[in-house]
Amino acid sequence: MSNDFQIELNGEAYRVDGDARLASLIERLKLKRGRIAIEINRAIVARAAWDEVTLKAGDMVEIVNFVGGG
Amino acid sequence: MKDDSFELAGRRYVSRLIVGTGKYRDFAETRAAIEESGAEIVTVAVRRVNITDRNKENLLDYVDPRRYQILPNTAGCYTAEDAVRTCRLAREAGVGELVKLEVIGDQRTLFPDVPATLEAARILVKEGFKVLPYITDDPVACLKLAEIGCAAVMPLAAPIGSGMGIRNPYNLRIILEQATVPVIVDAGVGAASDAAFAMELGCHGLLVNSAIACAHDPIAMARAIRMGVEAGRTAYLAGRIERKLYATASSPLDGLIR
Repeated sequence: MSNDFQIELNGEAYRVDGDARLASLIERLKLKRGRIAIEINRAIVARAAWDEVTLKAGDMVEIVNFVGGG
Repeated sequence: MKDDSFELAGRRYVSRLIVGTGKYRDFAETRAAIEESGAEIVTVAVRRVNITDRNKENLLDYVDPRRYQILPNTAGCYTAEDAVRTCRLAREAGVGELVKLEVIGDQRTLFPDVPATLEAARILVKEGFKVLPYITDDPVACLKLAEIGCAAVMPLAAPIGSGMGIRNPYNLRIILEQATVPVIVDAGVGAASDAAFAMELGCHGLLVNSAIACAHDPIAMARAIRMGVEAGRTAYLAGRIERKLYATASSPLDGLIR
């Protein structure tokens, strides 16, 4: 399987080149693990599964965090 | 005065003021205003992480979840489905089960969609969330939300961010009279007097964001609203006098010089 493909990350096209593991994406984006939640194709990926999940072409990934709000 | 702590969703709090974190100039100001407000519960919104600016600071670097109870909201959600999805994500982000449920029904007034709020509340309660729903000041809707198992009801006093104050104290009184869960006024407060008035009516708590964040001096307004909440609560417990149409002299009539 080629490791050069596109996903949709937070509504934008995003190229995954090389390492397809979700954990690598989190690292590449320099996200603090304790502050985020992740959905792939509208299903929540539990924190404990982050290191096992591998992304594939066309996956719709949402990564959210907390921002100011009332 | 004896212990007047505030119990919400199984936890006790000293402060009856909940504050939002939206609309501040920066995170430093957010932190300083929260500190000055004395609030122990702080609302936040759930949004996509900024992919392009990776070094952007995070709100929780300034508002420590170990010190404050973080209360994620579902602001911006127009369907029960989106609100439930947002709550699930918030819980997964690791701040607990407490959520502020908002399902908006109209962009201009930001009034809640009552049937959709009830629907989302049912699902969330079943999934173990402790639900604090933003709702119109409708006694029937508040009753239904309490029956569903919400941890509190949060009727609006006026539209979100409007600063119009307590527009319908009579509805709030009815909601309070029949309340089986805490009643927290959410939205509409403009200044300290509104906060005091809501608390004098017997409301159990108050949620404020814009009135503090958009004040000319947010830190000073945070202090003013904290004092307003305390003054109003104390007055409520003290028991106010009845309103009378005519005067009653404060000084004795006996011993007047003739």
